[in-house]
Amino acid sequence: MNTVRIANGQAFWGDSPAAPVAQVRGGDIDYLTLDYLAEITMSVLRKQYERDPDAGYARDFVDLMSEIMEECLKRDIKVVANAGGVNPQGCAQALLDVAASKGISGLRVGVVTGDDIMAQLDDLESEGVPLQNLDTGTSFDEVRDRIASANAYLGAEPIARALADGANVVITGRCTDPGLVLGPLVHEFGWQWDDWNLLAAGTVAGHTIECGAQASGGNFQGGWRTMDDLAHVGYPIVEVSADGTFVVTKHPGTGGAVTTATVTEQLLYELGDPATYLSPEVTADFTALQVQEVGPDRVEVTGARGRPPTDSLKVSMAYSDGFQGAAMITYAWPDAIAKAELADSVLRTRLKDLGLPLRAIRTDLVGYNSVHGRVVPPAGSDQSEVVLRVSIWADDPDTVSRFAAEIAPLVMGPPGFTGLLAGGRMRPSRVMAYWPTLVPKSVVDPQVIVRDGV
Amino acid sequence: MRLIDVAHARSGDKGDSVNIGLIALDRSDYPLLVKEVTAERVAHHFAGVCLGEVKRYELPNLGALNFILTSALGGGGTTSLRVDAQGKAMGEALLFMEIDV
Repeated sequence: MNTVRIANGQAFWGDSPAAPVAQVRGGDIDYLTLDYLAEITMSVLRKQYERDPDAGYARDFVDLMSEIMEECLKRDIKVVANAGGVNPQGCAQALLDVAASKGISGLRVGVVTGDDIMAQLDDLESEGVPLQNLDTGTSFDEVRDRIASANAYLGAEPIARALADGANVVITGRCTDPGLVLGPLVHEFGWQWDDWNLLAAGTVAGHTIECGAQASGGNFQGGWRTMDDLAHVGYPIVEVSADGTFVVTKHPGTGGAVTTATVTEQLLYELGDPATYLSPEVTADFTALQVQEVGPDRVEVTGARGRPPTDSLKVSMAYSDGFQGAAMITYAWPDAIAKAELADSVLRTRLKDLGLPLRAIRTDLVGYNSVHGRVVPPAGSDQSEVVLRVSIWADDPDTVSRFAAEIAPLVMGPPGFTGLLAGGRMRPSRVMAYWPTLVPKSVVDPQVIVRDGV
Repeated sequence: MRLIDVAHARSGDKGDSVNIGLIALDRSDYPLLVKEVTAERVAHHFAGVCLGEVKRYELPNLGALNFILTSALGGGGTTSLRVDAQGKAMGEALLFMEIDV
């Protein structure tokens, strides 16, 4: 095989349902990769799983696969997705059920497990693994009894293993986003686990397409006006060669564009130290990458360098951290801002009178200065209208509900209370906070099982 | 002149930190970015927003600088009360910076 064509069809859970279908139907691809798991998604899925042992994975993925499975199997397009959430086996079973009910033969689902370390936390603590917050250094004791999920980021290795075992669909739980791309490349090209530059190249290729159309014209600050037909934006495809060189492209006839500028914006997205991009199998270095246009909507990326990875795996935990709510009211000319500020002052006085135990309260004037604040000062203050947004954070839901009850009475405050922008009275929403930490690689043991359909 | 005349940007979150990739629109302006857009000036630009420190990394190969602003998202993605909880617009806020040419 000269090149392997890997397409991304989903950047996050809730991304365009049409995108993966377009990636399959729009031209030739060898792999379709799909990312469903944001940082705290696992805690939501764990709750679903506790209520229903058949749930706990990305149900949208099963709906998608029921639409494209037959075509993917017929054209030998392999699908790699972290849709398994906290129940990859349940997700695999759902796919096998779809195949059986539609009379589709030849499905082989590779299931990657071992990322869920929730049951190991006590052992890890007693073995002296600190589990402190990677960003803040805070002690794990602060949150231990509120942890709702704990998953290590697995890498490309178990995915490559599943493909080698004959899987044509691979489902993982928590896994690095670039791993979804590197796994197929290692499998196809027979790259070794100490081919550091090649592993780095595959990781950079994965990083380039992991956020979907952000590589091909979506969220493109450097020229969004010039992007054609964003309604049908083409999601990115990498054509990777055995030497690690790759071309970023998209299907013909789709919207957006692949240019050095769109690709460079994505290369920098969520980047830390560019010489030290950590992942389970390799530490990649972006500082010698070269990006050049080699044709219309074709950008070549070369020069990835790699070195051995660290001995640790990143772990993402979620813990329950109180409740939040936000109220939004629109005020209009004359004196829209002054009226919004008076309403805020009335509200805050009443909250103070009530003595509500708030962890945080924040007021924003949306449409005036809520995003950039003083960094980009508002042009003037004689607005036609402004939205007063007051948000709070409290330990208990009752406090948020009590706060909510103070919003409607503001109709008796400054004139022109136009109603609640978000509809009826707000309901407290539970906050799931993110706890990043590290564990030694030796405590995580990724397992691969391939399950055959009919 | 403002940075928006010579550069484009994309920002994203990592916990309570935000990263901003700043890219020269024309590669020949990269040295200007290196000279003008120092970590100190970015920290000053985001005074009151970035409560931690600003780190700068240079990527001459991409004509780009990468900035990490710590303690800049009011606690981070899922707990922040900010309208822009993930700092998606902070790259554009950086482009408002005045530079000397």
